[in-house]
Amino acid sequence: MLHVSNLSVARGGMTLLSGVDFALNAGQILVLRGANGLGKTSLLRCIAGLQNPVDGQITAPETVAYSGHADGLKGQMTVLENLAFWSSIYHGPSPEVALDAYELHALADRPAANLSAGQKRRLGLARMQVSGCALWVMDEPTVSLDADNVALFRAALDRHVQSGGAAVITTHIDLAIASAKLLDLTRFKARGLMGSTAFEEALE
Amino acid sequence: MIQLFLRDVGLSVRSGGGFGLALIFFLIVVTLIPLALGPDQTALAVVAPGVLWLGALLACLLSLDRIFGLDFEDGTLDLLVTSPLPPEAVYIAKAAAHWLTTGLPLALAAPVLGVLLNLDFETGKILCLSLLLGTPALSLIGAFGASLTLGVKRGGLLLSLLVLPLYVPSLIFGAQAVRLAGQGLTYDEALVLLSAISLGAAAILPFASGAALRINLR
Repeated sequence: MLHVSNLSVARGGMTLLSGVDFALNAGQILVLRGANGLGKTSLLRCIAGLQNPVDGQITAPETVAYSGHADGLKGQMTVLENLAFWSSIYHGPSPEVALDAYELHALADRPAANLSAGQKRRLGLARMQVSGCALWVMDEPTVSLDADNVALFRAALDRHVQSGGAAVITTHIDLAIASAKLLDLTRFKARGLMGSTAFEEALE
Repeated sequence: MIQLFLRDVGLSVRSGGGFGLALIFFLIVVTLIPLALGPDQTALAVVAPGVLWLGALLACLLSLDRIFGLDFEDGTLDLLVTSPLPPEAVYIAKAAAHWLTTGLPLALAAPVLGVLLNLDFETGKILCLSLLLGTPALSLIGAFGASLTLGVKRGGLLLSLLVLPLYVPSLIFGAQAVRLAGQGLTYDEALVLLSAISLGAAAILPFASGAALRINLR
């Protein structure tokens, strides 16, 4: 489903990761670990098509469900309206499925602006359900979630991969997903971080 | 695409959405002009077409950075670009929503406000028509400028500098049509050229803006 070979990723003109190689099949979860600033987010943005890689190949489905640091919610719209909007954009399943998965029924008619940080994140994750995409690309999905909600997330993820989906997740905490493959990105850290752009090389 | 259009229209009408901002600004400009210029009615009638068109143009400019800015800040734009919706469709939906919530109310309010500038009702109708034909170009060009300056911190100044020169032809032909109508001359030619600008913008800018969105977000 996802194939990454010899990938180099840069941010702000600086190559952060190089030679990244991995493959992901349907039904698999890949957890990417690594320190802050290593390039996890940049790698995910490349996979989602929001950023061009410096070098290397990515083979990914045409549309992926991406969840970044921002949840992309509209504060003036209710929880249900937010989900219904994304469901219609992706032509995905009905919002009811997502409300069930993250126990959001009680909040369905609340404006998203009135939600707590954890509730907003749950709504952001619920959006993945209505996308109907096979590949989920998630950046730090459990930020501001409590233990119960992390369990809800794990359950939703399990259902997703059991129905033939796949997910790439970055995290710096242990998610305790038994079936997940773990990949530590530290070994792909680009050597000689400075002088990686033509501009900086010209200065030397 | 229709869903995005409806959502944008809905959001701008709801609280904090900025609907009415352009209209109130237009109202303020048009009511203050007679106070600033004095009560000479013939002088007012002379400047009325230019003032009304300029007021509408500046009112339109006021809300441009919101077109993509709000969605960019809260991460929605990233998600829209990774969704099955092409960036061109995102642009069309957003420009159309901007026109419906800014250009259309301005065009409808203009003949009423024209009374304050001693503009007779017959000329007011032509003013309304010229704004209906001309404001789509303002929204389309403005949304294009907004997509170009996406991600630039405090990009409002840059956006205005980029967009204002492109607004000049619409302003010239729009105000000219109203002025000619006020003098009882034929104004068809100016209206045709005004429509041509709007149609040309609708034909070309979706592709330009789609490319700008791709570059800015990727």
